Order: sequence, then C-alpha cells, then structure tokens
Amino acid sequence: MKIAISATGQTVDSMLDKRFGRCQYFVIQDTETGEVETVENKGLTSEGGAGIAASQQLIDEGVEVIITGNLGPNAFELIEKSGIKAYKCHEMVIRDVLEKYGSGELLEIEESGPAHHGGH
Amino acid sequence: MEDIDLEEEDNLNIAVLSGKGGTGKTTISTNLALALGAKYIDCDVEEPNGFLFLKPNIVNTEEVMVEYPVIDEDKCTDCGVCVDVCQFNALASAGNGILLFEKLCHGCGACEIVCKYGALGYGKREVGRIEKGMGHGINCSRGILNIGEPMAVPVIRSILRNLDDGLNIIDCPPGTSCNVVTSLRYADGAILVTEPTKFGLHDLERAVELVDMFSIPFGVIINKDDGRENIVKSYCKDRQIEIIGTVPYSDSIALAYSKGEMLYATQDNRALFDHLAMGLGEVLEWT
Repeated sequence: MKIAISATGQTVDSMLDKRFGRCQYFVIQDTETGEVETVENKGLTSEGGAGIAASQQLIDEGVEVIITGNLGPNAFELIEKSGIKAYKCHEMVIRDVLEKYGSGELLEIEESGPAHHGGH
Repeated sequence: MEDIDLEEEDNLNIAVLSGKGGTGKTTISTNLALALGAKYIDCDVEEPNGFLFLKPNIVNTEEVMVEYPVIDEDKCTDCGVCVDVCQFNALASAGNGILLFEKLCHGCGACEIVCKYGALGYGKREVGRIEKGMGHGINCSRGILNIGEPMAVPVIRSILRNLDDGLNIIDCPPGTSCNVVTSLRYADGAILVTEPTKFGLHDLERAVELVDMFSIPFGVIINKDDGRENIVKSYCKDRQIEIIGTVPYSDSIALAYSKGEMLYATQDNRALFDHLAMGLGEVLEWT
C-alpha cells in the first residue's frame, strides 16, 4: 500500500507540509517494500484548482492513504470519491509521521477545511 | 479572447484603477462621472459600491451566464482524456466516474473537442448579474458576482462588451489581477488613483507597470493629499507621469463619504471635481 505525505523536502527526514494543494513535494512510501519515492506536486504550478491537481496526481500514483494538514473542499470531495483515506497531522519529520500512522495515532480527516480561492 | 474594434465604437472609455484598495477609486469615479456628465460603470464586481453613492433606481437587470460541461454518464467511458486536457483542473477522475468542479471551468470547450464518445456537452449557469439605472442624472451600471463564485472575469467582460456610446468612466477592481487586466482591455485611457503612503506608492508602481503594457494615455490623481511634496509626487516627477490633480485629506470629505453622499453635491467639492475633469482632458489629450 502506498502512503503519500505532503512535504517541504524530498526525504523522510523532511518536514510535513500542512498545506495539501500547494505543498512542494509528496513523499510516498510503499508499506510492503519500505521503498520511498518523492514526486513534485503538480498542484504547485496550477493557476487554480491546486487541490484537485494534487489529488488527481496521487490517485494516478495509486496512493491509498494521504497524510496532510488540511484538505480544501474540492480536494476533499475528490479524495473521498476515489476511496483514498486521508489523515491529519501537524508539522513534524516525516519519519515520525509514518511511525504515528503505523501505531494508529492519526485521526482521519472527516471534513474539509476552508476554501482558498486565489492566484487567478 | 475577442479583439476590441474601436473603429466601430463611438465611445471613450476611461478606466479608474489604483493598485492599492481603499485609495478612492469609487469616490473619484462617481464624482468625476457627474462632473463630466459621463456614464458610470462599476466593474469591481466582487464588491461594487458605487451605487451606495449614486443611488440609481434600477430599471434593468440581466443575468450573466457562463458555460460549463455536462457529462452524459451513459456515454462516458471514464477514459480521462478530458481530465488531461483541462488546464483549469475543472475535471477529475476518481477512477469511478468523472468529477466536475464547475466553478473552475473557463468554458474553453477543450473537453468537448477531445471526447471521442460524445459524452460531453455544454450547459449554462448564472454567475452574476448586471444592473442599470439612472442616478444623479447619469446612466449607471454595475456588475455583481454571485457569492461563492471565484471567477469575476465573465461578469466584467459582459458589462464592458456592451458599453454605450459617449464617455464611460469605468470603476475598476483593486490590484493588478486578471479582473483589472480585463477591464483595461476595453479602456482608451486610464486614471490611476493613489494616496501618498508607502503602500499607495508601492501599488501605484504595479499599476503603472500594468497600464504601460496597454500603451494608453494615463495620469495620476492623488487622493488624501497632504498638500506637500510627497513620495507619490516625486515618483511621478521621476517617471514623468502626469498628475491630473489632487483631492485633499479632509474631515468633511471623509464625513460625506461615510454618509454615502456625493461630494459633487456640495459647492466646494463641485469646484474640485470640475477642476479634476479639466485636468483629465488635458492629460489624456482628448479633443
């Protein structure tokens, strides 16, 4: 199973970015192999609909779990419809985020945060 | 984007913009429109406030409609080609059907073109309205963007596309965003309203950069002017930008504004705006 975390850097030693649509990277760990890969967030360069672009990218990557700070209404709708589970976490080192997820300490995101319409 | 053919039009459109919000675009636009006997057009569709002062009786309201894609689920194979082609992230594929985010759609039509199954068509929905009426003896119109709609451009374009003949004063949105760019595309000249503060100057510089791209004549009106040599005046001097005139920093003007009164209705301020109107004619060199 693939877990994606919104991140400010490219490794598990980077920090989690609380922003979803406009984070720099997604650090993706495959829980079966333990392998970690990083992708640049396509939402970062979107004029509008950043959360949608980021969600679409993770859906296409075959991710099953997302860990981030907040989800906007559009991203929330798309992620929910796709069946991906999203969890909330504050800013901390990604290695620790994965540990917290593993021990079941993270709460599922059950509603969206406020919309950020900007940059158009 | 459609081209503007000025040859075919018999009007002169003056855009009033500022960069910074709250510098007095609406105060200048409404009172100058009265001084010039011009039409007043409020393009600040996210927060139009010119009608609070001109108080027109609204005689005509038109809806502004935009197109958005409608998906025929019987024909859709969820291939995702429409998602890939959409530059605005208005379409997404959750793996079990296409999701539409209609508010992000710019109505470009690309998804309809690429769909091989004929599953996409276009419908129309309302995003705002245009109101028209007479106030203080001049024609007034304003665009209003519906609450929750993120895109103002269709409303602005709709109001400016159908301007009447004669002199039109266009009260623009603040900033230098798409909304202002769209307003400027219909302008033959511009007034940049600013105030002698660091923020005022900073945003004036952005506005000058923008107006320069349109190669139209423009000048500056300094509102809340302290009557001294200030940073805005020295900037205009350095850049050889003409100052149309100034409106003094004044308690009585602020008081009239707070009551929603037209400054042009009082003797002193009438002279002030008549003077600005003359200055405008000189700076923009209209014949």
